[in-house]
Amino acid sequence: MRDKQIEDLKDYKYGFSTDIESFKAPKGLNEEVIRFISNIKKEPDWLLQWRLKAFERLKVLKEPNWQKPKYPKIDYQDLYYYSAPKSFKEKPKNLEDLDPKLLETYKKLGIPLQEQKRLNGIAVDAVFDSVSVATTFKDTLTEKGIIFCSISEAIQKHPDLVRKYLGSVIPITDHFFATLNSAVFTDGSFVYIPPNVKCPMELSTYFRINASDTGQFERTLIIADKGSYVSYLEGCTAPMRDENQLHAANVELIALDDAEIKYSTVQNWYPGDKDGKGGIYNFVTKRGLCKGKNSKISWTQVETGSAITWKYPSCILKGDNSIGEFYSIAITNNHQKADTGTKMIHLGKNTKSKIISKGISAGKSDMTYRGLVDISKNAANSTNFTQCDSLLMGNKCGAHTVPYIKNKNSNSSIAHEATTSKISEDQLHYCQQRGLNQEEAVGLIVNGFCKEVLQQLPMEFAVEAQKLVGISLEGSVG
Amino acid sequence: MEQKLKTDFDKFISSSNFSNKEIKLKKEALDNFLKNGFPSRKLENWKFSDINQIIQKNIGELAFYNDYNIKNEINDDIFIKEIEHNKIVIVNGKVERLSFEYEESDKINLTTLNNFNQNPNDNNSLLSLNNSFSNKIHNILIKKNYSFKKPLIIYQITNEKVSNTNINFQLNFELEENSSIKIINLSDDNSEKNFINNFFNFNLDKNAILKNYKIDKKSNTNIKYDYSSITQKENSISETFIFSSGSDYIKNEVSCNLEGQYSSAFINGVHLLSKNKHHEIRTNTNHLYENTKSYQLIKSVIDDSSKSVYQGKIYVDSKAQKTDGYQLSKAVLLNEQAEFNAKPELEIYADDVKCSHGSASGSLDEDSIFYLMSRGLDQKTAKELLINGFLLDVVEKITDEEIKKLLKNMIGLN
Repeated sequence: MRDKQIEDLKDYKYGFSTDIESFKAPKGLNEEVIRFISNIKKEPDWLLQWRLKAFERLKVLKEPNWQKPKYPKIDYQDLYYYSAPKSFKEKPKNLEDLDPKLLETYKKLGIPLQEQKRLNGIAVDAVFDSVSVATTFKDTLTEKGIIFCSISEAIQKHPDLVRKYLGSVIPITDHFFATLNSAVFTDGSFVYIPPNVKCPMELSTYFRINASDTGQFERTLIIADKGSYVSYLEGCTAPMRDENQLHAANVELIALDDAEIKYSTVQNWYPGDKDGKGGIYNFVTKRGLCKGKNSKISWTQVETGSAITWKYPSCILKGDNSIGEFYSIAITNNHQKADTGTKMIHLGKNTKSKIISKGISAGKSDMTYRGLVDISKNAANSTNFTQCDSLLMGNKCGAHTVPYIKNKNSNSSIAHEATTSKISEDQLHYCQQRGLNQEEAVGLIVNGFCKEVLQQLPMEFAVEAQKLVGISLEGSVG
Repeated sequence: MEQKLKTDFDKFISSSNFSNKEIKLKKEALDNFLKNGFPSRKLENWKFSDINQIIQKNIGELAFYNDYNIKNEINDDIFIKEIEHNKIVIVNGKVERLSFEYEESDKINLTTLNNFNQNPNDNNSLLSLNNSFSNKIHNILIKKNYSFKKPLIIYQITNEKVSNTNINFQLNFELEENSSIKIINLSDDNSEKNFINNFFNFNLDKNAILKNYKIDKKSNTNIKYDYSSITQKENSISETFIFSSGSDYIKNEVSCNLEGQYSSAFINGVHLLSKNKHHEIRTNTNHLYENTKSYQLIKSVIDDSSKSVYQGKIYVDSKAQKTDGYQLSKAVLLNEQAEFNAKPELEIYADDVKCSHGSASGSLDEDSIFYLMSRGLDQKTAKELLINGFLLDVVEKITDEEIKKLLKNMIGLN
């Protein structure tokens, strides 16, 4: 039974592609294309100007090259920057109008868009290639005053909010990929939680890259107003293709006074095949700003997919007493490469941050934890605790830890620990003695190794993530 | 600067008697330096200490010509009286005295090297600068099965004759099988605003033991870069201790290549900084073979508006199974203006290893101060006691009892 399961799961099960006619912008990156995107989305002029400004900046920026995973040069002129299912030229009013093929795709992925069939109360915003397909549970959320929609819709309906916060955490001049995103972003999710509202359900976005030669550039903006709370989930998949696809998203979180945002990601983009062919380049910029007093932002991520993952979900702790947390599991197998970690920038007084990072590398993969803890002069009484553990399986893979620690305040303390080891023979022996086979034993030990992070995930995700951890390592032992 | 470098180089070459081959090598090294210039924060290794900027700001225009024909007087008062020892006396980058009076002369071979090898991939531009401007490089070879009877003290003196000058110095040690040496490297700076660039190379053959203690205590305004490269064969041991406190700016870089099995490297360091000093220790331990071991302990006490930096990297090759690597850096910030930066790094390609690092920084523990004060100590004494204990932890790691006692007195830790 288990063998069969493993057999089914060994291959990337989200690798199918949907045969759906798509409507694309002309290939290439130029002002025309940006105007085209802006036009088709009926954007106000200020946003077009904003995009063009980013594009101007992009011309002088260079692609960064300090990161560990090197990748072949990307030809930015050979990409489609906008791709939408053809039936989307006019956005469907409700789910009945949706192309049935699309619904089927999401069903295959296990994302039920039809609300009536739903059991677990999660509101979903699904993004297919470049556009948001459907957002569920709108009514329940509207009642509470919560805005949860695609960012295109928000630009139309809530321009003030978008204009105020868009780019306030990740400025358009940030770095190459963030600026690229600012110039050509297509869609994404927008969340606004009004003051003193506790969002009653998990909000979730599901990203899917379908069309080939397409880059996905989504933009997510989450604003938690005073005293509010929201938990947000993000999942991603892509079809199996031989070429590498680029995913360069920007995610901005803003927490005002006493607000809390919990952002969880299960990233399972197509990692490429066993020989390292194909797969997604996941170059994502995620940044949260604890703007108000006593605010809190918590990132949790399970990174198992993508040929190259390169992201550092960060917290800027600006408000006094604010808290930043980062929990991460990164698993690389075969030829995957991951360079991930976080930045905790302490600006306010009494700010606290905690980083727990677990890395597992197997096969011929390479994994790097790279983090920055920066306590500025004014951040009195701040504390940071960092723990990053790595597990290696086999001697063809690599695990690296590169923390940067800057302490400029004598009343603040920073503690950092890191270990690298392999699964101990004793533990394996013990489990096998109790009747588990080697793979099961490894799975059990790895799950234990990751427990601290898995616990941070919302229940529905935790189960999926736990399975994912097991699957990602199949075939790497022995 | 380029013009100055070229004219000073020509002046240097014409006033010394190098062979054509040496001149050619020196020229190549100079070209390499001209290409890369002084390292700046754009390079990852110099991220926290931009030496280019520091030199510009504190020295301004540097002279590179250093007259090695001048004979410098040595005042015997500077020698340490507490222990009997061999001496190398270096004044302004020139070796003035080599005396191994306590050793059997047939067991040591003193020569000068007529070539130096910088790995073309090694883009350490300061090493290129050193190669192009340093005087004859002395090589000290310790023969098989010979252990030094007394420690060797290297006095590195600068006098008031030099200022705003770049001083380059190189020394080479070859330790044959089963040999051992204890070295104390003592800085005695009586000059101001020079850029001192040192390079020490150690090759340890099987079972060789190197104990190297570097002391920089005397307050001065020089800027220093001190690079030790240690290559170790089977079963060899190296121990490095760094006390860095006196100069305005120092970057101590220690690079260990563990090439033979059961070889081990220990690097311990202390930063004791006040006023406006900026010190950095960078360690690079490369585990290249099975069953090797490394250990680093670095502690910093930072007062006023000083800045302490520790960058430590443990590299484990895929061949180097059963590696044991440990690294710990701790810092106490005594003043609001003080700053501590660290980058402890692990790069690991083998799975059967035990590697860990830790880094902690913060203020002195209030509870401990309170405890001591409640026992009748005043606050100042209580703090001093705690700092003493904090640093003593590193000094106690020194394995040679005689030298440990000497250094404790010298540093003033008891």
